[in-house]
Amino acid sequence: MRAMATAPPPAVPARPTLRRDPAQGRLGGVSAGLADRLGVDPRLVRGGFLFASVIGGLGAIAYAVLWATIPARSGSRATNRRATLLVAAGAGFLVLAVLLALRELELWFSDVVVWPVLLAAVGGSLLWGQAHPAEPAPALDPAPDRTAGLYRGGFGIALVLGAVLLFLQGSGSLGPLRDVVLAVVVIALGLALILAPFLWRLGRNLATERAERIRSQERAEVAAHLHDSVLQTLALVQKRADDPRAVATLARRQERELREWLFDPAPPAAASLAAELRRAAVEVEEAHGVPVEIVTVGDAPLDEPVRALVAAAREALTNAAKFAGLAGPVQLFAEVEHGTAQVFVRDRGAGFDLDAVPEDRRGVRDSVLARMERHGGRAAVHAAPGGGTEVELCLELA
Amino acid sequence: MKPTVVVVDDHAIFRRGVRAELEDRVEVVGEAESVEEAARIVLALKPDVVLLDVHLPGGGGVEVIRQVATSRPAQRFLALSVSDAADDVIAVIRAGARGYVTKTIGGEELADAIRRVHGGDAVFSPRLAGFVLDAFAGSMTPAEVDPELDQLTAREREVLRHLARGYLYKEIAHRLGISAKTVEAHVSAVLRKLQLSNRHELSRWAVERRLVD
Repeated sequence: MRAMATAPPPAVPARPTLRRDPAQGRLGGVSAGLADRLGVDPRLVRGGFLFASVIGGLGAIAYAVLWATIPARSGSRATNRRATLLVAAGAGFLVLAVLLALRELELWFSDVVVWPVLLAAVGGSLLWGQAHPAEPAPALDPAPDRTAGLYRGGFGIALVLGAVLLFLQGSGSLGPLRDVVLAVVVIALGLALILAPFLWRLGRNLATERAERIRSQERAEVAAHLHDSVLQTLALVQKRADDPRAVATLARRQERELREWLFDPAPPAAASLAAELRRAAVEVEEAHGVPVEIVTVGDAPLDEPVRALVAAAREALTNAAKFAGLAGPVQLFAEVEHGTAQVFVRDRGAGFDLDAVPEDRRGVRDSVLARMERHGGRAAVHAAPGGGTEVELCLELA
Repeated sequence: MKPTVVVVDDHAIFRRGVRAELEDRVEVVGEAESVEEAARIVLALKPDVVLLDVHLPGGGGVEVIRQVATSRPAQRFLALSVSDAADDVIAVIRAGARGYVTKTIGGEELADAIRRVHGGDAVFSPRLAGFVLDAFAGSMTPAEVDPELDQLTAREREVLRHLARGYLYKEIAHRLGISAKTVEAHVSAVLRKLQLSNRHELSRWAVERRLVD
């Protein structure tokens, strides 16, 4: 279809188009949408509507009109709520229809009942929509929709109460009501005194049950993790028991993985010098089967020179892993202090003489020394006392 | 005279492994697998060094140190753990352990560390050295600094850096042109600061382990 193929891409508006935002809103998302469009705090808009409603009712009417005319922004969370509101509106219209039908049939008391019954129907169905949510809230994440639910419930209650008051006023019994209210309040207080311990116990039981559920969920998660990692590794270790090197590598990989899981539940969000060095160490360890012990003090964000520093450190680690052989772990120490990053990579292997490295072996010369110099840093390779070699990298941070 | 050692760990396999590795090097006189048992056995046997697991049922290594210290304050502890978490390590050091090594340490190195602790020195793994450098790196306002406890000297930092780079004491001595005894003195001074300083990094780690009431 040509028309579709040549249609220009939709222009990107400087400001968001005016859309209701039920996902952010309290009722229909009108205020949230308006606030988003105008770039103000939604609470301000909400307050405005509320105020206008209280002083003359204009706010409520304006809200209803806007609700009906502004399309909703598409979003998944809104659908459930919209369904409830649609049901409420539907209930209202149904009741209205029934009332009209009754009136037509002359089964009628007075017109006074119309508004109260209508309001009660809408408010009641809103409340009933709250009473049976689709499924019990997941234990770990009950929060997101709760405030919206509270607002909707509160709105429903307000509607029903308004209906009752309207009816009472219409039938002229608002005056005697005051005495009744007093009696009801007293009775309610008495009931609360009687029921409080029971309710409190009920609440506590629910909390205990909830905690138990969370615990068992966590246990299941731990069991699943151990099964996928530790038990698998142990099985592999048994199979390869005749190859000590492979077993050591397996054990070490598992140890690192488990350690991360236990002690660093949240991996650092942004890439940084320390995180990248850690990753390089893991990769070298996996590739060469030589343990790399890494200690970092301080950290720095990743930019071009720091990336070069990491690359040089990785090359130094690879070299150390090759030369270190079985003479114990390769040690990496990185420190960022006073705007300078320093990285030391040392092994306890046989060591090598940089001058004796042939010209064509570009590894150390290019990847470490030249790379550091290109990025304004410096590098040095020297024999470490006690045997082995130490590569020292130094970089002034911007 | 080989130093006498009690091994405290809740895993029998690990105790057996340590015993086998330390054979001929030190004298393992007893084992314990819980806080309460450890306190009882250590007080009964009075070993030169207690090899102490950080994680134990019933309060952890910190609790063992606390219970023993009331009647035997001079008891020397070397903490041994698989944990690399700063709060675990710092907590047990601040409770009174004279050193910290990871469980992957080799037999010869472990025996060496035990002898060192027995001789009154401090034993720092590279990682512990890193933690200490980190903890003392944060700046404090001059008013609240106790220079005796809250700051490391340039030489102490230098020694710690070399420890973090994986150097042994005698290698550090060689590099810095000082005697091994001086290196040990620096590390012991750092240990003292680590145990007594009120730097908030250290207190925070300790609080997280409920070391401070």
